[in-house]
Amino acid sequence: MRLGFVYTIITPENKLLLEAARKRGMEVAKLSDAEMALDITARPAEKYDAVLQRSSSYMRSLYSTRYFEQAGVPVVNSYAVQSLCGNKVLTTMRLMEHDVPTPRTLIAFTEEGAMRAIEQLGYPVVMKPVIGSWARLLAKINDREAAQAIIEHKEELGNFIHKVYYLQEYIDKPGRDIRAFTAGEEVLCAIYRNAGKGEWLTNTARGAKASNCPVSDELGEVVAKAARAVGEGLLAVDVMESERGLLVHEVNHTMEFRNSIQPTGVDIPARVIEYVQGIAKK
Amino acid sequence: MADAECPECAGSVKLKEGAEQGEIISCPECGSRLEIVSVDPPKVQPAPKVDEDWGE
Repeated sequence: MRLGFVYTIITPENKLLLEAARKRGMEVAKLSDAEMALDITARPAEKYDAVLQRSSSYMRSLYSTRYFEQAGVPVVNSYAVQSLCGNKVLTTMRLMEHDVPTPRTLIAFTEEGAMRAIEQLGYPVVMKPVIGSWARLLAKINDREAAQAIIEHKEELGNFIHKVYYLQEYIDKPGRDIRAFTAGEEVLCAIYRNAGKGEWLTNTARGAKASNCPVSDELGEVVAKAARAVGEGLLAVDVMESERGLLVHEVNHTMEFRNSIQPTGVDIPARVIEYVQGIAKK
Repeated sequence: MADAECPECAGSVKLKEGAEQGEIISCPECGSRLEIVSVDPPKVQPAPKVDEDWGE
């Protein structure tokens, strides 16, 4: 099988995936998005049986995926899945449409609208960029003064995307959240992401530590429902434990799993490659 | 195999067994983040800047 592997840099995950693909006997072509010059007015040659999209950049990932899809090559994750998962507004709305429990969220487009949304949610409130990852520019806003300051900064310094305000109720989670990995309909495994001392964020990029989280029926059900809602693929579904049960707050489409293999005992890269083989052109 | 040269400090950078083109490593001498652009012959360049839309 011929696999196109789109990347920006070879992260530890990408290295593990390349090793797993080669071990499975795939003929792997590494496709650096930095070197691409794609003729989008010509029908691309069908060089690959499948493309695994692992670009670090949301924009490069979207457009290069669309390019390969245009050639009839199956891409994981698909343009449809990525375009939803990379945009928090669209993800939240899709989760709602499919009755997946998620924190209460408001959006606004101006300083005035953002303040009104915040007052409706009450303090503390969480502000997130619509597009962004690794907890970059996330803010837990505790009072009106902090809200005004952050909004003023965004209005003055931010580009247009920062002028869409995504505001979410703060969930008082038990110092951890859950990340579950899915391949199609299957929930592969899950970890707890235990926040670092004095840290409210549970991203491993912010020092959170991973430990195994058994996949209960309740967790499996909510995660599978979230994966179905966004269109299925290779996903990392982030879930919070709250007083009203499990709440899905994010679905990631270029999952990072370097810290999750050891605690779960699941060979995630092998399972990913197995899934890619399953969707390849026959 | 010869070592790569760090473009920041001209220090010597040895590539590990199994190194991949596109992998990010640190210069052992100055700590700069470097991207492996070629494994054989070994060649590195400053790692690309992390952009705002990078992530998972």
